[in-house]
Amino acid sequence: MSDDKQSPSRRRLIKSLVFVPMGVGAAGALHGGLQTAGAAATAAPEGKPNPYTPTFFNADEWRFLNAAVDRLIPHDEHGPGAIELGVPEFIDRHMKTPYAHGSIWYMSGPWLDAPPEFGYQGKLPLCDILRVGMKNFDNHCAQQFNGKKFADLDKGQQEAMLKEAEGNKLKFPDISGKIFFANLLAETRNGYFADPGHGGNKGMGSWKMIGYPGMRADYLDWVEVRDRAYPIPPVDLAGNRG
Amino acid sequence: MAIVKTKVDAVIVGAGWTGAILAKELTDHGLNVVCLERGPDRDTQPDFAYPRVVDELEGSVHRRYLQALAQETVTIRHGVNDTAVPYRQMGSFKPGTGVGGAGSHWSGAHFRPLPEDFLLRSNMEQRFGKKLLPENMSIQDFPITYDELEPSLDHFEYVCGTSGKAGVINGQVQEGGNPFEGSRKREYPLPPNPNYLGSEWFYKAAKEMGYHAYPIPASNASRAYINPYGCQMGPCNACGFCSDYGCLNYSKASPNANVWPVVRGRKNFEMRTHAQVLKVNLADDKKTATGVTYLDAQGRETEQPADLVLLCAFSLYNVHLMLVSGIGTPYDPVTKTGTIGKNYSYQNLNRVVMYFDETVQANPFIGIGGAGATFDDLNGKQNDPTKSGFVGGGIVWARQPGAGPVRGIPTPPGVPNWGSAWKKSVKEVFRHQFYYEVQGSCMSYDDAYLSLDPTYKDAFGRPLLRMTFDWHDNEIKASQFLVGKAQEMCKVLNPLAMKGDAKKDGQHYDVTQYQSTHTCGGAIMGKDPKTSALNKYLQSWDVSNVFAPGANAFPQNNGYNPTGLVGGLAYWCAKAIREQYLSNPGPLVQA
Repeated sequence: MSDDKQSPSRRRLIKSLVFVPMGVGAAGALHGGLQTAGAAATAAPEGKPNPYTPTFFNADEWRFLNAAVDRLIPHDEHGPGAIELGVPEFIDRHMKTPYAHGSIWYMSGPWLDAPPEFGYQGKLPLCDILRVGMKNFDNHCAQQFNGKKFADLDKGQQEAMLKEAEGNKLKFPDISGKIFFANLLAETRNGYFADPGHGGNKGMGSWKMIGYPGMRADYLDWVEVRDRAYPIPPVDLAGNRG
Repeated sequence: MAIVKTKVDAVIVGAGWTGAILAKELTDHGLNVVCLERGPDRDTQPDFAYPRVVDELEGSVHRRYLQALAQETVTIRHGVNDTAVPYRQMGSFKPGTGVGGAGSHWSGAHFRPLPEDFLLRSNMEQRFGKKLLPENMSIQDFPITYDELEPSLDHFEYVCGTSGKAGVINGQVQEGGNPFEGSRKREYPLPPNPNYLGSEWFYKAAKEMGYHAYPIPASNASRAYINPYGCQMGPCNACGFCSDYGCLNYSKASPNANVWPVVRGRKNFEMRTHAQVLKVNLADDKKTATGVTYLDAQGRETEQPADLVLLCAFSLYNVHLMLVSGIGTPYDPVTKTGTIGKNYSYQNLNRVVMYFDETVQANPFIGIGGAGATFDDLNGKQNDPTKSGFVGGGIVWARQPGAGPVRGIPTPPGVPNWGSAWKKSVKEVFRHQFYYEVQGSCMSYDDAYLSLDPTYKDAFGRPLLRMTFDWHDNEIKASQFLVGKAQEMCKVLNPLAMKGDAKKDGQHYDVTQYQSTHTCGGAIMGKDPKTSALNKYLQSWDVSNVFAPGANAFPQNNGYNPTGLVGGLAYWCAKAIREQYLSNPGPLVQA
């Protein structure tokens, strides 16, 4: 953490974080075979239950989502993970927006295959890309791993499967594994980095980790400063200070 | 039955830069003007007010201030024998909508073209012979010269409060400006903005390479300013939310802040928002427009009769309206006849990212949209195609419009896209990286054009505009040459790592990656009605009471951002309407 000395906000973050060994926190709960979505599925790192109950995703999808975002942005020595920052909550809430239902995408047919440089040409809006993709992914895992779904796999297996999806090596019947992965990763990053008002990035944890001042939007006095790191911790859209 | 409105002197389609300029100039002259804007009304207050405007998820993911593609979009294909598919999600280019149009969410980079940019074909043929140009390259001269347009370019800069440093005033080279620029009559209205670290270092690297760096002319006010219309601007506070966002601070020039305030409320002006224009109505002989048909905010088909129809939509949609209305003859790439849709061109943008250690405080979250540094040593007539291997030119620039993590954190080569290694990298690099971009010209070609799609329709039942475009060898060579030069320059700064993206041989146009919103051509201005849609006053050769100022008029795209030229052309067009057309309506140039 070479730049800790320059960032008071980061020093505070590091001191305040309770590091939980991997597999004991969120991932451990997921491996416990919970079948219902909700509270216990996403234990926060301090051990407090996450009170969020999904309203878009069903229980299987919620398990998949929690397991997947925990692999995409894990909790580690570099900073908070997607689970503790509430990324699943962000995604669940985001799926109910007009955006996720394709409000700004052109969604009329005919639907033709085209090379990837022409962009997504399928008929599913974002919310269904994720939902259909999760089901296909889980079914694929079940075939490959004796009935185990993605969330039931160990972390190494999960990572290997996600890498295969990213590299377009998983063939699903209803959707491109690569397109599903790209959208899942984009949503995970959105939830990790967007303003906490959207449900993720709890406590501005990702902003503090990277040294982003958030929504200050006023830097005229700092444009020409060269000898010091930007010193002021972040603020969010609601005016909370990190 | 359609509602029929009272006839007006002029109807304007679109409330962006050109619409605002035409509305100002023609209402000044006493004309009754109605502006029809397909999107919502927008103004600094309340639409761009802090803090809501700086929500990255809504601004850059939901694209709240940009056009939604759901109702209207284009289809895209690479070749004339391919089947086009819709541009379903925004990527490569980002048209605006609403009052202000793309002029409210641009960055503010405000260049004038070089004098030689206006005479590109003549210059190339005179200097290098006719054999130099590939046979399918359809570049043409503009029908006007830099000197003719200079007063209009100047006026637009003063309306925008452009911050810069003149390079040549009345033929005299000025220290610190661009020595290669066309001569101007006076200095910019405001001095340059401060340099963030990346642009400060750009000067060092450029000097080492022997390039003549100068401040990018930026319509982001460096000081408090009152423009000739009495509109006030505040100094840019470097908020970092320019591209994709409206300005929270009255600092970035926009139609909303710099023109509309003096036009709104005039008795001879009316703005109608949520008014989707469907077509230009033509008289039976197709030589005169009678007005336009649009859907009003309640979806009712409405006719607005007018003596003048001014197409001030985004360049692509100006061409679309001409095609769906039957103005002129559509271009045919096989016979190379017809003019509407001809000479579509784009922009050749490439980026080199540099990564440094934690002692380098690049702070990419700081942003002043158009500000930074660039040079013209590889642009315009400085580029010798017999040595570089390509026709055209380009600029390398240091520009930092502002970056937040939702907009993406570039990571060094070899870093995975997720997992602990990605997290470690974004944490290490976020504040210690910056990029230089290469923005290159894009030539026009016989097989790059706009037409109506045979299959796909918009929400109003009209055929979508179809774009046929791919990179040609000339632009790929330009990308490789210019990115190579940029990389040499970057190496001088000794970064820990570098990532560049010159186009590869045979690489196809990729619509998923943002490149530039500088789509040009399709209804170009020229000297000959056989090879251009508009005459030198941006007037349709075919329907003389229709004018179409905008980047659609560029016969090809030069190395710069188009907005300075677009604004200049709008003032030029307005002057011709006021001083020539109104007293004697009809063609201003005899074919």
